[in-house]
Amino acid sequence: MPRRVAVIGAGMTKFMRRAKETPKELAFEATRMALNSSGLELNDIEAVALGTAPDAFDGVHMKGEYLSDGAGSFLKPYTRSFVGGGTGVFCGAHGWWHIASGMFDTCLVVAEEKMSSAHPHPQGAFLTIFDNLIERNLGPNLVWIFALEMNRYMKAHDIKKEDIALVSVKNKGNALDHPCAQLGMKITVEDVLNSEVLAYPVQRLDISPTSDGAAALVLASEEVAKRVTDDPIWIEGVGWNVDTTIWTNRDLYYPRYVEYAARMAYKMAGIHNPPKDIDFAEPYDPFDYKELHHMEGLQLCKKGEAPILTREGVTARDGDLPTCPSGGALGVGNPIAATGVMKLCELFWQLRGEAGKRQIPGDPRTGVAQAWGDLMQVGTVVVMRR
Amino acid sequence: MAKEYPGTPLKSKDFKKALKTKYTPSAEYAWSAGQAINSFLNGLKEGRILGIKCRGCKRILVPPRAFCEECFISVEDWVELKDTGRVNTFAISYLDTMANRIKKPIIPAVIEIDGAGGNGFLHILGEVDPKKVKFGMKVKAVWKPAKERKGDITDIKYFKPLKGGD
Ligand SMILES: [Zn+2]
Repeated sequence: MPRRVAVIGAGMTKFMRRAKETPKELAFEATRMALNSSGLELNDIEAVALGTAPDAFDGVHMKGEYLSDGAGSFLKPYTRSFVGGGTGVFCGAHGWWHIASGMFDTCLVVAEEKMSSAHPHPQGAFLTIFDNLIERNLGPNLVWIFALEMNRYMKAHDIKKEDIALVSVKNKGNALDHPCAQLGMKITVEDVLNSEVLAYPVQRLDISPTSDGAAALVLASEEVAKRVTDDPIWIEGVGWNVDTTIWTNRDLYYPRYVEYAARMAYKMAGIHNPPKDIDFAEPYDPFDYKELHHMEGLQLCKKGEAPILTREGVTARDGDLPTCPSGGALGVGNPIAATGVMKLCELFWQLRGEAGKRQIPGDPRTGVAQAWGDLMQVGTVVVMRR
Repeated sequence: MAKEYPGTPLKSKDFKKALKTKYTPSAEYAWSAGQAINSFLNGLKEGRILGIKCRGCKRILVPPRAFCEECFISVEDWVELKDTGRVNTFAISYLDTMANRIKKPIIPAVIEIDGAGGNGFLHILGEVDPKKVKFGMKVKAVWKPAKERKGDITDIKYFKPLKGGD
């Protein structure tokens, strides 16, 4: 029987296009802030679960070990996990099992990403994701896979681009209230539809930016949590799942691996009716359609229904099922692994009632965060409760 | 919540003064194509598209693999497929590989190869007006001349709409 695991502190840096700080300094700032908010000191921390994306972004081999001091890992049990864009939320599970297993009573969860170092654009670092034997010689671009998936999703449910653009409008708008946001702004559906076409159906304003940033959480066992805080937030469910890299043999209209990850987390958390039992969600939104795709994978609605809920305002911050109240990757920014932990921080702050101007009305009790990655094949899910 | 969040954004012009290291890595790899893709690529050289059938789930696997990931058994039953198929999904890309803007778009598509039960692979569409590409459109491989083929996915130049298809 796993032990209960609490989140007792959270911290993050601003997300920005280019940070003056080094990756290690960014990790330190987020970790320091998380420790300060938890009331624990580094001496109290028994283990570190770090997440960060490919070394090629930074041009620093063994980037995890390089970052480790900044993540508070000096002379401590430390491991790095990596499941592509799914890494950040996976880190929540990675830290969770350190404590749930009984091995440790406290654990730092830290994620950092600096995408501004790769020149002229981190795009080049993504290309080796494509199959080296039968895809790369076709000269693919990373945006292709999103465009192919988005088009398939739109076709399967006869979804209009206008409805997908609403996600970008909502998330960038929500981000205006996030003090760390890189791209909080008021835009319209027309702005999205008139933005540059990169790879139809993907346009400029459908995409999250490249970003620098870090985010961190402090996790503790029930015993430690009850000693140091009156207001612990519990990690009640974790799930993860991976499909094959042979992505052309699955129907891209639906992320089955996200569904399986969600079902794993929901079973653990005793969630039987996700739309009713969950008060708000932070689905991964590197592209606007991905939020919708992921809401469906997360069982927050039926297949093809997410655009309708969005159009009806259900997913607005004051709606019945707010999604990305933080502003998401589209608005806060998308330093890959750090984005997932930013979403975990948002669950923590919302459930504690500490989300400031972003606070969801109605005293939310249960939130779910999710991330996604690799070759459209990984789903990672964390459920938190007050 | 009046928190001070750390982090110091730089402006684009500040960043021009950044410490840079430029090097051109000599990153050349010689990959073994493996049991399955080796035969697939040899098939392309001969102008044939090969799939492989799993005796467990009966799926025709294309791109072929040496084992079925679902049944987790070796697969050996090669089948020759037609060089025609249907567009499962497509995009119209104004970005080249390195994200440079291009005027004449590339049209990547997932092609369901006929006879493979919906399975297929990534390729490019050609000889078609981007506005006229449709889901489910019948397409046919346009091969490079035999002597130019070298056992590579680009031995198929592209897939073009099949006349008389729907
Ligand atoms: Zn099989």
